[in-house]
Amino acid sequence: MEAGFNRQTRDNSVSDLAIVDATPRAAEVDRRKVLGRMALFDFFFHNLTRAAAILVLLILGGVIFSLIYGSLPAIQAFGLGFLTTESWNPVTEKFGAVAPIYGTVVTSTIAMVIAVPLGLGIAIFLTELCPHALRRPIGVAIELLAGIPSIIYGIWGLFVLAPFLQQHVQPALISLTGDIPVLSSLFAGPPYGIGMLTAGFILAIMVLPFITSISRDVFDTVPPVLKEAASGVGCTTWEVMRYVVIPYTRVGVIGGVMLGLGRALGETMAVTFVIGNAHKVSSSLLAPGTTISATIANEFTEAVGDLYTSALIELGLILFVITFFVLAAARFMLMRIEQKSGA
Amino acid sequence: MTAMPVVEASIPTKVSVRDLDFYYGSSKALKSISLPLYTNKVTAFIGPSGCGKSTLLRILNRMYDLYPRQRAEGEVLLDGENILDPSIDLNLLRSRVGMVFQKPTPFPMSIYDNIAFGIRLYEKLSRSELDGRVEAALRGAALWDEVRDKLNSSGLGLSGGQQQRLCIARTVAIQPEVILFDEPCSALDPISTAKIEELIDELSERYTIAIVTHNMQQAARVSDYTAFMYLGDLVEFGETNNLFTAPQNKKTQDYITGRFG
Amino acid sequence: MSLYSSRRRTNALATTLCWTGTIFGLAWLVLILGALIYEGARGLTPAVFTEMTPPPGSSGGLLNAIAGSLVMTVIGVLLGTPLGMLAGTFMAEYGRYSKLATVVRFINDILLSAPSIVIGLFVYTVVVARVGHFSGIAGALALAVLVVPVVVRTTEDMLLLVPSPLREAAAALGLPRSHMLMRVAYRAAKSGIVTGVLLAVARVSGETAPLLFTSLNNQFWSTDLNAPVSSLPVVIFQFALSPYKDWQQLAWTGALLVTVAVLLLSITARALSSQGTQK
Repeated sequence: MEAGFNRQTRDNSVSDLAIVDATPRAAEVDRRKVLGRMALFDFFFHNLTRAAAILVLLILGGVIFSLIYGSLPAIQAFGLGFLTTESWNPVTEKFGAVAPIYGTVVTSTIAMVIAVPLGLGIAIFLTELCPHALRRPIGVAIELLAGIPSIIYGIWGLFVLAPFLQQHVQPALISLTGDIPVLSSLFAGPPYGIGMLTAGFILAIMVLPFITSISRDVFDTVPPVLKEAASGVGCTTWEVMRYVVIPYTRVGVIGGVMLGLGRALGETMAVTFVIGNAHKVSSSLLAPGTTISATIANEFTEAVGDLYTSALIELGLILFVITFFVLAAARFMLMRIEQKSGA
Repeated sequence: MTAMPVVEASIPTKVSVRDLDFYYGSSKALKSISLPLYTNKVTAFIGPSGCGKSTLLRILNRMYDLYPRQRAEGEVLLDGENILDPSIDLNLLRSRVGMVFQKPTPFPMSIYDNIAFGIRLYEKLSRSELDGRVEAALRGAALWDEVRDKLNSSGLGLSGGQQQRLCIARTVAIQPEVILFDEPCSALDPISTAKIEELIDELSERYTIAIVTHNMQQAARVSDYTAFMYLGDLVEFGETNNLFTAPQNKKTQDYITGRFG
Repeated sequence: MSLYSSRRRTNALATTLCWTGTIFGLAWLVLILGALIYEGARGLTPAVFTEMTPPPGSSGGLLNAIAGSLVMTVIGVLLGTPLGMLAGTFMAEYGRYSKLATVVRFINDILLSAPSIVIGLFVYTVVVARVGHFSGIAGALALAVLVVPVVVRTTEDMLLLVPSPLREAAAALGLPRSHMLMRVAYRAAKSGIVTGVLLAVARVSGETAPLLFTSLNNQFWSTDLNAPVSSLPVVIFQFALSPYKDWQQLAWTGALLVTVAVLLLSITARALSSQGTQK
């Protein structure tokens, strides 16, 4: 390979050619052998990665299958009545999912009502208003907080937030709304501290970092020229957000909110601490209730009898089906915003 | 460049492209291209952007195979063997037909390893033999004097022009027969460009070379033969001197006189 | 002019609301961390790291819980990481344009945010119910199932960041894809993938729900992975809901330990990834 790089060979290129041609040909035999070995390894590695990808599919399939299998006894015993029955009685083995589903929906709704505007506000603050020096620290802080385990929120809710709400906030709510028709029933009864409102609060604090960081990422997909163009025609910061950024990113923001909702629906530990674990549908937000995941967490290891266990697994199945659709919708929407920013 | 008034038939052909069509999905990017790459000659592909010159180059080592929905029809013969044949060993083909890219692509490893890496794949050498081969490759790419003291530092720390020469050295080190250059100087400054052009000239004594360039002066400087392409058609192919001084086709004339493109 | 001033007023109102919202949001988070440090640090004695979890009403530590958490997390990560990396490699490389990759990507994103308690139920029915008893292995398996989607996602993302010219350059030397991956792409994507694994560890080390009915709990020191194993999160859960002051104190201290571990992991991961992108 030691090329002489002198130019005289040009003229007698034909004689030189024989040499040039001969060398690679000899090497080619060895090369074929080496490449054959590498190709065999490549074939093996290719199929190994494919098998791993298929295994990921099988895990999800396994989750669905095992939940259906595990809930068969309950499905056979209660049928669709499971979805319409409120009673949850381990002694008589009568189980219905209404109270946990109701609690799940109510606490998640409270969480979203609080966290969505707040999260969007913080995201707007971070992308548009925040002084540059603070942008990174606050952004990082929020992402770190999104990673704090839910059990931490739970223990804080139980020992700090619940007593505080019980002593200071709930009595005020009860007396303030006492004479107003609808609100009085929403905030009726003794201030327990724990209950659906507290659980919703904790959930809101938990999903807040999620919604904030996804919305911020989504806002960042807006091409700067678009914002500059809007500012160029004299739009205020708010108007740029309201008429350019938010319409442009609407699908992505909804996707982010749905992702937060998916988390709120399935969240277990933060809720289990403060929900009160009462299997009843109560119109008052101050009353203790239960959610699907809290019921499973509280009762599963103590469940005696196949039907009890099976009823709990069926609850898990319902939770999984609900979150599956919410998350699938969220991913679908986020995929659309990614395509938009990619195009 | 020395003009060599030879009868074309007397020069051996290394690569022969015959009736080549190429498709991106359903859109046809190359239309019935036929041209030779003569052994140990430099052939330049020129034309306005989107004319298919890079596409043609990337067929010669089947680089397009990495991507879906791209396919070639026709024949590309390398020493008489059709490389479009599905049964061909792609990796062997690519070890015979090396490629240098538009942007320098040093691997994330030391300068030494960037070169030794390819050699080690194909040959079992002692440390001193390997050292010799690495040095020879770096000398061949006119880079040795600049990097001899920092062979163990990262290839990513070199300047753009040095990185590109490192990539040429890496290609040469595994002893290919054909080297494809895909706009190798478009990301470089004029001094680095001059060095690379000089290098291509030297390499042409041992390798068959094809180069895509958007720079007509560069094509005129480095190549023996030039193919002018336009919208997927091969408009004109001929000796570089003839093509630039007496183009046969009106479109070629318009292009090289700068009337479009 | 009045239109203009009303627009300005709206703008001022909206920006003020965003400011307040941010302060309000951050305040909650500060309150939580403050309470955690205040309550947790009070119980932070050497005994926490040297003694076993106590029976009700007496003092003790968290040693067995810490060890159990460590062991199960390590096993879970060791099981989940290779699987996740291989699957992520398939999606970014071999199967990038295949239907299978599109489906797996979608499914993986679902698994990524699926309720972890459901994963616990899955492992319960598949392992615990079959074997007939709770075990550390079942807990580790549940954690592995949680690790996989995180690693799949980051591996795929990081490999996609490897510029395709680099991939082509390796192919141009005649390298099959597996060699390109081993020698070039994994190297280029290394810091990103390590970040992903660290984030997965961070996520898993605070998980409680999937352990409740897989590894259960164990009041004593146990090295038998075929038997129930104690873990920090489960101990926190159990002790916090108990009426005993000692237990509650230990729950707070455990919570502080978990939080510190998780934050350290995420900060390390972040530092690594920013180092990787600066290159």
